[in-house]
Amino acid sequence: MLIIKNGRLIDPKNQQDKVCDLYIQNGKVISIDQAPAGFSANKTIDASGHIVIPGLIDMCAHVREPGYTQKATIASETAAAVAGGITTMITPPTTKPVVDNPAVAEMIIDRAEATGLANVIPVGALTQGLQGEQLAPMHSLSRSGCVAFSNARKSIPSALVLLRCLEYAATHDFLVIFQPQNHDLTGEGCMHDDTTCTRLGLTGIPETAETIEVARCLLLVEQTGVRAHFGQLSAERSVRMVTDARKRGLNVTADVSIHHLLLTDMNVNGFNSMFHVIPPLRSQLDRAGLRHGLVTDGIQAICSDHQPHDPAAKQAPFAATEPGISGLETLLPLGLMLVEQELLSLPQLIEKLTAAPAAILELNKGSLGIGCDADICIFNPETQWQLNSDNCVSSGHNSPFMNTPLKGKVTHTLMKGEMVYRA
Amino acid sequence: MFEITDPNNIQLNSEGQLKHFITTEGLSRELLTEIIDTADSFVDMSAQQVKKVPLLRGKTVVNLFFESSTRTLSTFELAAKRLSADVLNLNISTSSTSKGETLKDTLQTLEAMHSDMFVVRHSDSGAAHFIAEHVTPNVAVINAGDGRHAHPTQAMLDMLTIKRHKGDFSPLVVTIIGDILHSRVARSQIHALRTLGAAEIRVVAPNTLLPRNIEALGVKVFTNMESGLKDADVVIMLRLQKERMQSALLPSESEFYKLFGLTNEKLQHAKPDAVVMHPGPINRGVEIESAVADGHQSLILDQVTNGIAVRMAVMSMSMSGQMTEKNLKTEA
Repeated sequence: MLIIKNGRLIDPKNQQDKVCDLYIQNGKVISIDQAPAGFSANKTIDASGHIVIPGLIDMCAHVREPGYTQKATIASETAAAVAGGITTMITPPTTKPVVDNPAVAEMIIDRAEATGLANVIPVGALTQGLQGEQLAPMHSLSRSGCVAFSNARKSIPSALVLLRCLEYAATHDFLVIFQPQNHDLTGEGCMHDDTTCTRLGLTGIPETAETIEVARCLLLVEQTGVRAHFGQLSAERSVRMVTDARKRGLNVTADVSIHHLLLTDMNVNGFNSMFHVIPPLRSQLDRAGLRHGLVTDGIQAICSDHQPHDPAAKQAPFAATEPGISGLETLLPLGLMLVEQELLSLPQLIEKLTAAPAAILELNKGSLGIGCDADICIFNPETQWQLNSDNCVSSGHNSPFMNTPLKGKVTHTLMKGEMVYRA
Repeated sequence: MFEITDPNNIQLNSEGQLKHFITTEGLSRELLTEIIDTADSFVDMSAQQVKKVPLLRGKTVVNLFFESSTRTLSTFELAAKRLSADVLNLNISTSSTSKGETLKDTLQTLEAMHSDMFVVRHSDSGAAHFIAEHVTPNVAVINAGDGRHAHPTQAMLDMLTIKRHKGDFSPLVVTIIGDILHSRVARSQIHALRTLGAAEIRVVAPNTLLPRNIEALGVKVFTNMESGLKDADVVIMLRLQKERMQSALLPSESEFYKLFGLTNEKLQHAKPDAVVMHPGPINRGVEIESAVADGHQSLILDQVTNGIAVRMAVMSMSMSGQMTEKNLKTEA
């Protein structure tokens, strides 16, 4: 039995925002404010001056296992997740082998459970081997714990195959996640096609590489009625298309990575490979559009798009490096910058990191109402700190935010009432 | 929101002198003028009986070419030898290696041989910058062409050639014609011309061979050759790679030649005393008519001669910038 005392509880799902005590028993929240009869705590966390929120749900975090364990493992990345206050990670099917059969899905879930830190929930492949040709066994994958289906950034060239995938997913009311990317227009590109790209002489990725695919997917979503989610949008026009679709009543949602809300293509100046991400960092106009989408409900959730790498993957000329940012430990402090910039209120930010992803994924998580799992993040909003190579928990040190002043630090993370991280 | 660093600082030491030569972008007019003037003095020296100076005596220069090149490699070799350096030429084909790690590994191996300068050509944009970032202190890096990003010695030899024939840059209209999209030469020329104060810089190409928003670099864009050439003082033609036809950028060589090839007839639109340049190697009948390439307005062979002088200038200046920094550090 555990009490978290005097923290400011922000639970957007239940519209809670007040200083109170939280009573936890058998891994569940059993009472708020009033001690239940016969409750005798064997542990107390004094959360005075701290903020108590549901454990964060990260819509997109690569854990690299199985297949790429030279970069990271489920053990290393669940440890990094809880250090960042994240208790549930959704992982794309791009492991090796890909998540296109139940054994791989089960292995990922089992390994995560064995570490006992954070939940890792796989997204199943939409097509076998992500080859874009034949349907993956979605029903079996779902029974093995896959929360949604996606072809990640691998193309499904045939519109007919894509249509069939969506029809089949709709049959079972499965969520389909699109990471929209047209392969012809992306080509060998490595950054947003604009002035900085022209100056650096890199190969550009035009905005249409994303928007054409968003348009194609939206039309097929409308035809099939499937529940659909767009992951990590990068272009203002994509946000507008998704917003319009929602206005027309389509069952679509979207998320954005935290770095696309803070950075632009101009950061690539100087060929710094830490800013090499796919989709690429785009223009100031695009960033403004993404930020606007957050406050107008075009975009519901914010994710880390965590992609840990070994050092060698980033040590080469820009185009030859692998894209991606290691982002679990900076998700919350970078999100707090959006509050500092007065784009979002603190409860709005927390909603986009907890209740919103839970709603999209239909997970019974992301809230701290009575009876909910006590997956909890406690943070001090005032702590100033820096992520550096000594304190970074993730195996991937590939972050452009290394050695950058950050404000807001996780102090405790609990999974089902058990302390899994303590700063 | 997050500070954007000036990437070009990497080439200057704490005194503002050149210590690497990666790009013409961001260098001051004084520094570019110093390169031109230093090179100018070497041009005259090359015509003398004894062609060597001892500026790099005892130094080892490694020509690290990941992309094959005859002309650039040989002029760099000659330039290093005229400065009395020991020279090692390494041709490393990228196809036989997996780019990234090998570049760093290769670098470390070569550093163990205690070289003093790397002259680098690589097919990836940013490769020279990457090497300059990772090289041990006091080793100079000269960019001999990186992807589509920069070819600063080529640009500076063009500036020297223009200066020797036209004198002042300020009244000049310079027209660059051809495959701007894939051209590191054009990018480096544009930055240099702008800093040196050319009156107008024009680029002429079909939209398929123009990089996005090239206007932001300070050029006027023309898709019609005649209007782009009108009253130009300097006409620079770029090489067109044959692969461009396969990648749906152009319909055919003959259509390109018809629209964008430099013929004597089209050259009439430029000023009567206009000069014609080309970084070479030239494709006769694709981007330039033989009569123009070999004509009295052509400076193509002068460019080669000036290339050696410019390379001597930047090699000696960068080495001296490295020495200054080393001495400053020792004193401190």
